[in-house]
Amino acid sequence: MNSIETTSDLLKPTTRLKRRYRVERWFKRLGLTAIALSLSFVAFLFFTIFSDGYTAFKQSYIELEVHFAAEEFSQEKLANADYPGLVKHAMRTMFPEVTSREGKKFLYSLISPAAAYTLQNMVEADPKMIGTTQKVWVLADDDVDMLMKGKIDRSLGEGNRRVRDIQLAWIDRLESENRLETRFNKTFFTTGDSREPELAGILGAVKGSFFTLLITLSLSFPIGVAAAVYLEEFAPENKWTDLIEININNLAAVPSIIFGLLGLAIFINFWGLPRSTPMVGGLVLTLMTLPTIIIAGRASLKSVPPSIREAALGVGASKMQTVTHHVLPLAMPGMLTGTIIGMAQALGETAPLLMIGMVAFIVDVPGGITDPSAVLPVQIYLWADSPERGFTEKTAAAIMILLTFLIAMNSLAVFLRKKFEIKW
Amino acid sequence: MELASRTSNPAFPTMLSGDIIREADEAHAYTTGRKTVGSPFVDNPRMTCRDVEVYYGEKCAINKISIDVDCNEVLAMIGPSGCGKSTFLRCLNRMNDTVPSCRVIGEIRLDNIDIYHPSIDVVPLRARVGMVFQKPNPFPKSIYDNVAYGPRIHGLTKNKAELDEIVETSIMKAGLWNEVKDRLQEPGTGLSGGQQQRLCIARAIAVSPEVILMDEPCSALDPIATAKVEELIAELRTQFSIVIVTHAMQQAARVSQRTAYFHLGDLIEVGPTDKIFTNPKHRLTEDYITGRFG
Repeated sequence: MNSIETTSDLLKPTTRLKRRYRVERWFKRLGLTAIALSLSFVAFLFFTIFSDGYTAFKQSYIELEVHFAAEEFSQEKLANADYPGLVKHAMRTMFPEVTSREGKKFLYSLISPAAAYTLQNMVEADPKMIGTTQKVWVLADDDVDMLMKGKIDRSLGEGNRRVRDIQLAWIDRLESENRLETRFNKTFFTTGDSREPELAGILGAVKGSFFTLLITLSLSFPIGVAAAVYLEEFAPENKWTDLIEININNLAAVPSIIFGLLGLAIFINFWGLPRSTPMVGGLVLTLMTLPTIIIAGRASLKSVPPSIREAALGVGASKMQTVTHHVLPLAMPGMLTGTIIGMAQALGETAPLLMIGMVAFIVDVPGGITDPSAVLPVQIYLWADSPERGFTEKTAAAIMILLTFLIAMNSLAVFLRKKFEIKW
Repeated sequence: MELASRTSNPAFPTMLSGDIIREADEAHAYTTGRKTVGSPFVDNPRMTCRDVEVYYGEKCAINKISIDVDCNEVLAMIGPSGCGKSTFLRCLNRMNDTVPSCRVIGEIRLDNIDIYHPSIDVVPLRARVGMVFQKPNPFPKSIYDNVAYGPRIHGLTKNKAELDEIVETSIMKAGLWNEVKDRLQEPGTGLSGGQQQRLCIARAIAVSPEVILMDEPCSALDPIATAKVEELIAELRTQFSIVIVTHAMQQAARVSQRTAYFHLGDLIEVGPTDKIFTNPKHRLTEDYITGRFG
């Protein structure tokens, strides 16, 4: 009787009903709070990375008037000329008042060691330059760069900052003469790693990551799809396939560093493949990505309605034709999504690559899969570990590039899924 | 309630012989003591089934069934849910092969060839014994490709013109041509339910089978679409043998020449449709068609 009374009154909500609505309201609020909180974390993350890193895309350059004196190039080879001497000479002529040995040392340290190579490249490209005086923009030292970007606090005492008072004065003078300015940092996108922050570039790591992922994709996609198709469509259901399934599921949860150890033991020590290379890195990441691709592939094969298989078998298609003509095209969007999620995971993976030596300091940009190279996440790790102030912004910039790649890959996944999706 | 208690009793099938069979003289006793009432056999059968047993694991789904399928007839199979009629239907083109735990014993012959012989390939068999399913299941491809798929994989045509012709005649036979002739390249899944089912029938007849199996082809359709499919079945009978499983007894009465009544894995009675519906010989058949259970 009681329950009939409580539910029958449409105009006056009962306390029980009110309580139900209250719970619902609270649940909604909790959900909203959770979303707001996670969004704010993401926003904070992006803000810190961006505010730290955007300066890395600019770099300070100093204009020198270099006199390519003919007597400096008396030797056989142009490479043997004293290019650092030319830089120093140019600096001395610009600041003739500096005479003390220590003063000169401070003066020369305003210019990056890379300036000498800039001059050498110029002369080698155009030997007619010898004997003339040229205006050349060369890289400033990273301390100057940091000061220009406001990352060194001028108000601190001289002992607490890396730039001396006298250097500050020279820098101010250069700036007022328009001989010091920040320009777009082409170096960052065209070189490999360096010990000098102003010379360090991301290209080596980007290419390393690209080659590594190329190996990973070209191995793990066909193997993963074939394994998923066999297990889902052809394999008999028995203890062995159960065992395989359990193992694959477990492999997906194995810490990635274990795969690194396995790669070190098998690919490098046993097979003798070259260490620190995209080839070995790709193989290791293939091992790591395969379970993800197989599990995603099987799930998407399972979601293909059995009526399609029956329809194909019913008109006399063989098992193989049923799979390749009907089941696989329908499962493909899901498989691609799984693959790209796996690839994104592989792109961000660091631990297993440390084990196979990809953590090495490698200056050269790799030209192929057997050249030693770094990868993006390891490069981030290396730069984050470096003491120079200039690497902080490079780290953030490298993170931005890594995130750009991840976002691009995920958009590709969405695009492919939309493209291959078959409407019912 | 009565049915539930009966079906849960495993000893029930053994009670069939004896007291409840009225005219044992017409019953065919085939090798076992189990009897099918009526006339399961015909003179020039297209398919013959003898002592067919089907097991799912340990469970017996079909119990020693013997029946013939005549040329150019519609054989309707009726019976309560779970009586094994769909299972039996799927034995006729070996669709049960896809169920791992399924075991088929006995002999099924198509034009006197044992289709369960180890040397038989199921691919050409399924081309000769086509199937239409309960739920319309066109491929998510164009209408044209749906019908052209069978001829393509079996290599029935030499060129595009021949394929076009097969597709056109198949869709015409399925009575769908006027509705789809202008949109053959549109997806088959965009058609209405009844049209989809007729597309599936067109797909089945495109490979010129001898027998078409239909597993409750109208259960997902509205009465108008059902009427169209039934009309179509009547027309197709002139060229094919059709075995149809149905839950609607009126449908069986309308479309079929012979009707088989299944009960809990046993074939109880087979006979000309008018006789089954007007003068059933077995009490179970009578109970079912008069609506006392099922």
